[in-house]
Amino acid sequence: MAVIRDVMPAFQLLQPTTVADAQSLLQQHADDVWVLAGGLDSFDWLKDRIRKPGTVVDLSGVDELKGIRETSDGLEIGAMTTLTEIAQHPVVKQKYGVLSQAAELVASPQIRNQGTIGGNLSQDTRCWYYRAGWPCYRAGGNICYADTPVGRNREHAILHAERCVAVNVSDTAPALIALDAKFVIRSTNGERVVDAEDYFIGPDIDITRLHILQPGDLLTAIRVPSTWAGAEFYFEKVRDRNVWDFPLMNVASALKLSGNNIQQIRIAVNGAAARPLRLRASEDVARGKERTVSTGETAGNLAVQGAVPLQFNAYKVPLMRNLVKRSITGVQQEATWAS
Amino acid sequence: MGFLEWATSPWGERVPIHIAWFLIWVSLIAGLLFLVVHAIYVRFFAGEKQFAGAISPELAARLPEKIARHSLAARFFHWIMAAAMFTLLFTAFLPKVGVQFNWVTYHWIAGIVLTASILFHIVHASFYLDFWSIWPDKTDLQDSVKRMKRFFGRSGELPRRAGKYPLDNKLYHGVIVLCGLAVMITGIFMMFRVRTGILPRNPYLFGDMTWGLMYVLHGLAGVGLIGLVIVHVYFAIRPEKLPITYSMIFGTMKRDFYLEEHDPERWVVASSGPENRGSANAD
Repeated sequence: MAVIRDVMPAFQLLQPTTVADAQSLLQQHADDVWVLAGGLDSFDWLKDRIRKPGTVVDLSGVDELKGIRETSDGLEIGAMTTLTEIAQHPVVKQKYGVLSQAAELVASPQIRNQGTIGGNLSQDTRCWYYRAGWPCYRAGGNICYADTPVGRNREHAILHAERCVAVNVSDTAPALIALDAKFVIRSTNGERVVDAEDYFIGPDIDITRLHILQPGDLLTAIRVPSTWAGAEFYFEKVRDRNVWDFPLMNVASALKLSGNNIQQIRIAVNGAAARPLRLRASEDVARGKERTVSTGETAGNLAVQGAVPLQFNAYKVPLMRNLVKRSITGVQQEATWAS
Repeated sequence: MGFLEWATSPWGERVPIHIAWFLIWVSLIAGLLFLVVHAIYVRFFAGEKQFAGAISPELAARLPEKIARHSLAARFFHWIMAAAMFTLLFTAFLPKVGVQFNWVTYHWIAGIVLTASILFHIVHASFYLDFWSIWPDKTDLQDSVKRMKRFFGRSGELPRRAGKYPLDNKLYHGVIVLCGLAVMITGIFMMFRVRTGILPRNPYLFGDMTWGLMYVLHGLAGVGLIGLVIVHVYFAIRPEKLPITYSMIFGTMKRDFYLEEHDPERWVVASSGPENRGSANAD
């Protein structure tokens, strides 16, 4: 299919300066509107002319959506806050290091300067069949081109695939799930707050979206509770090119230890399914146990239960198993114990 | 606004991918409209039913009090099929109108149940029941002409009573057969596109155009079933049809209703002699 690059279709550009205006415009044009945050996902779609919205609502002028504020119960991060700001924010670095690390590992410095946390969380999948505009399930069609005997599916899902095998590639999503963050969504019915893990949906629920936002909805902020402030964190991202790439898989964990005993733990991975996965079974098996390689291995083995690799992504099974193990043991401890 | 959704395949071919989902509402509204119009017609315009010929009192006296209409197997089939059909309709169309849930697995499992029950029904009806009783015959056509004439105010012969199944029931069955077979056959092939663990996944079993047409046919028959099921449920709960619904639950209908609506020559029931007392042949 011929793809015309760098020639965006004509659209009406609306640039609100308040959340109320933005929401009003989104509702007004709900049938044919595109929300523009940092533009890093959007401009791909628009320049490839795969998406041709009649109206684009650019949120870059809405100051209410920017910045990191300390609250009585942690942090509130505006959805339009850049990834660089998050990665470099002193409180985030000091108390919620897993988010800082995750934001730091997104793409390149230029992209982090432009990319926003809301955009990173709400970005679309990078399955190239879908991004090329082919009529796959996710695009409203009736086939998954990646899940065929000859489909190129090295980057695709090993868990929870349901017709579509695309994956979510957000780096900050698992970190926020590990931190038990809440997402604030404004809609016509008012404001609602959902757990980070509930913000994302798989193809079994809706094959055309990766998150719960409906037309007219707006992700306004991310609330990070202080529950996990200062806990021990682990974040690791595996990608083909370490300088700039989407994750093949990433893992984030938050642990509270008593001596070497795991008191509380949250683990999430992304790149394994169409939504970031919180690994409750692995958490349950690790909770109350000594933080050892054996605990990590058990948790890793549990994490990949039910995995169904495609033709070219079987490597993701041991990758996920090991990432989960390391998210518990940490790389340094493992090296020390092995020596 | 087209009736079908189209897409361009990777090979540049314009292919249908499925029906336009507004057809769900078209079928739903058509079904509801039918029942409103029919209810008004019956309430305000329909005349009293009149049939040619009278049932002899001797024959009536020989009949059992309860006429067996549906065997246990036939009733099981009907209700299993009904459960599968409702599951299929809800799992297929609720997600399309905004009720999101994990529907695919329930849908294909219900599809298998429906397929198995239809196959059972085909064998059962072909070899163990009176196969032709559900298909329109010459008498039905003659009687329908007589009814039409009388409907338009022309005088003429009265129609006969129905056989085991009245003509409208037979026509409904015919349409259900077409829709049912269409969703069943296309649905079986569509299972090759999802992971079921039953059929080997092979999305390239057919070309894009054939697949597209299959999805369209599945969708058309599916939305058609919305209206058909509404009509079916409506007739099942109409007061004058309740004895028929009763017979689909308990297997029998009362002798009075049988004599009122059915022609003993067209639907022959065993008499209640000492050897047959309390029972009758059931399909």
